[in-house]
This record gives sequence, structure tokens and C-alpha cells, in this order.
Amino acid sequence: MANHAGHAGPHVVPKRLYFAVFFALVVLTWVTTFVSTLDLGRWNIFVALAIAIFKASLVVLFFMHVWYSTRLTKMIVMASLFWLMLLLFLTMADIWTRTWMGVPGR
Amino acid sequence: MASHAADTHADPHVVSTIQHHFESADQQKDASTIGMWVFLVTEVMFFGGMFLAYFVYRQAYPAAFASASNNTSLLIGAANTTVLICSSLTMALAVRSAAVGKKNLIVLFLILTLLLGGTFLGVKAYEYHDKWVRHEVPGHNFDCRDESGKACIDAGHTPLFFALYFGMTGLHATHMIVGVGIILFLISQARKGAYGPAWHTPVELFGLYWHFVDIVWIFLFPLLYLIDRSAVPK
Repeated sequence: MANHAGHAGPHVVPKRLYFAVFFALVVLTWVTTFVSTLDLGRWNIFVALAIAIFKASLVVLFFMHVWYSTRLTKMIVMASLFWLMLLLFLTMADIWTRTWMGVPGR
Repeated sequence: MASHAADTHADPHVVSTIQHHFESADQQKDASTIGMWVFLVTEVMFFGGMFLAYFVYRQAYPAAFASASNNTSLLIGAANTTVLICSSLTMALAVRSAAVGKKNLIVLFLILTLLLGGTFLGVKAYEYHDKWVRHEVPGHNFDCRDESGKACIDAGHTPLFFALYFGMTGLHATHMIVGVGIILFLISQARKGAYGPAWHTPVELFGLYWHFVDIVWIFLFPLLYLIDRSAVPK
């Protein structure tokens, strides 16, 4: 808005950006649905999650305005992702590798 | 820094003020936004625990998860995802309408968001009912034999998938039901002209919440409906 000098004034983005993001999200939803019917072996989960991560990024950056937000907000978003990855990957690293050796008590 | 009164044209009783501990409207808004994001971080952790449980058990019982997840309807899942994405679009447009001061459009887009959210929940209720009728709810009535009476693969662990299915989609739906309540409040406030370019923080922060709930579904959809579609053990 013209009468807002500060960086945090309402950031009005063109409507067509929202429609473009929306269009991409819908197309990707049906693409991932179609791809799920193909037999890609172990790659099905990676393709599905890659598309989901891309879709989620579009929502976070444009619908949730993180692209235009303060650096502190961006840092908070990244911190949440970091902790989520710690939770998922450290636990799964244990689960995945536990069977590699005949550890007593397994 | 623009003075707050100068760009406010709503009626006087709804004009927001800067609370005494803030220097400017911008600072006040930044603080609110950061507060909302910190709340969303706790939500990421909340859902994250369930996603972790899903990954751990899927890793442990892949056959049970593959056969169970094929009982979900691909078409209904994809259609409902589309509905939720539409509601995210209308929510984003509601926030934009508030930022440019179009009161009637705020109300319109919030009502559309409400209707689309309600549609999603309705479809979800239909799916739950379907699962109930087909004895796919874990517990006493659970029975995964097909019409010919043949037991499903790894019947002992199949209920785990459905427990996670109901737990994760149920927690997601609970968030949407809470969201529906908040939208109703926002609609009533917006009709009174409470939100304009100078101040529409509640609409904007609720938008963050609504989009977050959309993101959770963006991950639930592939995990519960898609990834084992072609991996049914014969």
C-alpha cells in the first residue's frame, strides 16, 4: 500500500500470482495421482514426496507470504523444518540400519 | 512510518489501535505474525510425531500398509485434495481483499472458504462411513477379509494402517473443524467492517493457519492414498 512506508505493511501481490500457484497445485495433484498408478518400484514414494514438498513450498512461499516476510519469520520457518528433519531422519536412520548387524536384543 | 489513523477509513468503533508496548503498527503486526508462526512450529512438531509413527510402522510392515492403503479411493482422495486447494485459494484472496480494503469481497471469499472446507469435511465423513461399513475401523469390528472370506495380507498388522489413517486424518479434520469455527467469527466481524487495509491481522493469521492445514493434507494425501498404489503384493 502506498501509505505504508514500513516493510510490514500489507504486501499486496497480483491476483494472477495466486491463480498461477493455484493452477500449479491442482495440476500437480492430478499428476501425482496419475503417477501413483504407474509401477516405479521403490521410486513411487520419492516421486510422490518430491511433488508434495514442491506443492507445500508453493503454499508456504506464496499463499503464506513467506517469500515477502521478514528474515526472522523465514528463520522460524527454517527452524521448524530443521527440527522436523531431525525427528524424522535421526529416528529413521536408527530404524533403517538396525537390521544390518545381528545386534543382541534386537 | 505512516500514522495509523491516517489510513483507516472503517467506522470509529472498530479502528484498531497500537497497543502501548509497540512502537508502530508494523512492529505490532510483525510480532503477531511471528507469534502465529511459532504456534505453527508447534503444530509441525505435533503432526510430525504422527508422520514419524507412520514411517516407522510402514517400514516395519510394508505388506500390511500396501494392501490396506489400496482400500482408499484414489478418485475421492484426489478430488478432495483439489477442494482443499480451492479453499486455500479463496482464503488467500480473502486476505488480499482485506489488504486492499474490499469489505464485501472479504466476506464473499471467507464464505467460499467455509463452503469448500465444509465440502472437504463432508467427503471425509463419507469416507469414514465407508470404512466403518467395510469393517476397516480398528477394534472389535475390524475384519479385513474380502467377499470370498479370504483374509488380507498380514491381517495382524493391517489395523495399524487404519489406526494411523484415522488418527492422522482425524487430527487434520479436527483442525479444520476448529478453523470453521474461526471463519464464522471472522465472517461476522468482516460484515461489521472490522477489517481494512490498516488492520486485518486476524484474517491474515487465520490464513496462515488454514494454509498450514492444507499443507498437512498435501502430505497426508500421498502417504495414505498414493505411494503403495502399484505395490500390492499379489
